[in-house]
Amino acid sequence: MRAPVTDLPLVFEQANVIAGGVTILDHVSLTLSAGPPTVLIGPNGAGKTTLLRVAMGLTPLSSGRITWNGQERSGSGSDSASKARRAIVFQRPAMLRRSAAANIDYALAGVSAPRAQRIDELLALVGLSGLGSRPARRLSGGEQQRLALARALARDPAILFLDEPTASLDPAATKAIEDIVRAVAARGVKVVMSTHDLGQAKRLAGDVVLLHRGRLAEHGPTPAFFDTPRSDEARQFIAGELLV
Amino acid sequence: MAGETSAFQLVLAGDPGLYAIVWLSLVVSLSAVACAALIGVPFGAWLALTRFPGREGIIVVLNALMGLPPVVAGLAIYLLLSRSGPLGSFGLLFTPQAMVIAQTLLVTPIIAALARQTVEDLWAEYRDELAALDVRPFRRVATLVWDARFSLVTALLAGFGRAAAEVGAIIIVGGNIDGFTRTMTTAIALETSKGDLPLAIGLGMVLMAIVIAINALAWGARRAGEHYAG
Ligand SMILES: Nc1ncnc2c1ncn2[C@@H]1O[C@H](COP(=O)(O)OP(=O)(O)OP(=O)(O)O)[C@@H](O)[C@H]1O
Ligand SMILES: [Mg+2]
Repeated sequence: MRAPVTDLPLVFEQANVIAGGVTILDHVSLTLSAGPPTVLIGPNGAGKTTLLRVAMGLTPLSSGRITWNGQERSGSGSDSASKARRAIVFQRPAMLRRSAAANIDYALAGVSAPRAQRIDELLALVGLSGLGSRPARRLSGGEQQRLALARALARDPAILFLDEPTASLDPAATKAIEDIVRAVAARGVKVVMSTHDLGQAKRLAGDVVLLHRGRLAEHGPTPAFFDTPRSDEARQFIAGELLV
Repeated sequence: MAGETSAFQLVLAGDPGLYAIVWLSLVVSLSAVACAALIGVPFGAWLALTRFPGREGIIVVLNALMGLPPVVAGLAIYLLLSRSGPLGSFGLLFTPQAMVIAQTLLVTPIIAALARQTVEDLWAEYRDELAALDVRPFRRVATLVWDARFSLVTALLAGFGRAAAEVGAIIIVGGNIDGFTRTMTTAIALETSKGDLPLAIGLGMVLMAIVIAINALAWGARRAGEHYAG
């Protein structure tokens, strides 16, 4: 059994990201607690990717802070014990110039258990059985996205960040990924994902975060967010009228 | 060399004088490429992955040194190794070792600059992924060099092509001594001026064959890279 998640809640306090004179995250205060997936929504350029990168420690804050269960973390790899428990699937994942199986193996390095078997399990989990020996960069966009998910899961994360994990997937693969997200979340892994698919947000999210122009427009439990949105932005976004 | 012997006869008959020259050329240039690779690949990778003031300047100089005139490299090494030079006491001038040193000077910037470019491009692509996987610095470098291996082999072959084809550096520091420091290129220069065209042409043919073989290998490395890495 996995150890209980001790890193949560993940708290953003007045998080600001300014790059090239542009404010990308604007005083975001947000608490992500253990439990069902948190889904980030918002128009293109709202700051979803940036928020996930900040949480992974890949983009530094300009001001404000992030705490994990009350503790501040550098995020720069000095505390690898906690970092090892986080994984991300990028919106456009980079594939190592190796086979699909070797891409998973790379993330498994350090795991002592029989790796070949684990690789096969993970490939099967994301529906890539039989493609293990293919060069990863020759896989289709959707297959690469699924391989990236398998690679992230290989890390056995306690917190899994997914940046539009189904953006280029066909309906069957989208359903498969949603099933994986549910299964992973049921095992106690905290999933934080972004999506442009409101149906998906309704299906998966325990709580929904709406970002707009770098600001947190609304954060609430899923049914309330969609049924009784408090902010104008949320109302407009749900109606398909919110613009960048 | 008998003037009436044709170039083809020399090459096909396996003329021992000719093949000794070919052998020495290969040994010198391959040794130089090996030395240059040991210096240039780590240096290039380091330059690709670190940021410090003056880095851009080093890259510009490195790129400029790719076009270092062989005679200038030869002159620099000559000054270093000549009896009154700082390394004169080793007595290396006019030896094959001196030729290896001169060609290493010539080839290292090529390999370092190409390695820097290759590793940096790959780093831009891998950076986030490796950071997210929390890869330690040593493994990071190993990963980048390994995944760039086919491009790096191409860089080594480019360096070898440069070394095998140059004459200016080795003729200055080697002295073109018959049976000791005479290589294909220096022999061609000498025999042509002496009028022994068959030997010059024979060596020229062998040299061309080697250059074509190098390019075929470089091509093959690129194709292999595409095949294995996608
Ligand atoms: N390094 C940077 N320098 C300047 N601007 C940036 C930088 N990174 C991101 N941005 C800008 O910040 C804004 C938010 O980007 P982000 O990628 O977080 O949006 P997103 O919500 O993920 O959008 P999408 O739905 O299109 O993926 C965009 O306008 C983007 O152009
Ligand atoms: Mg995004």
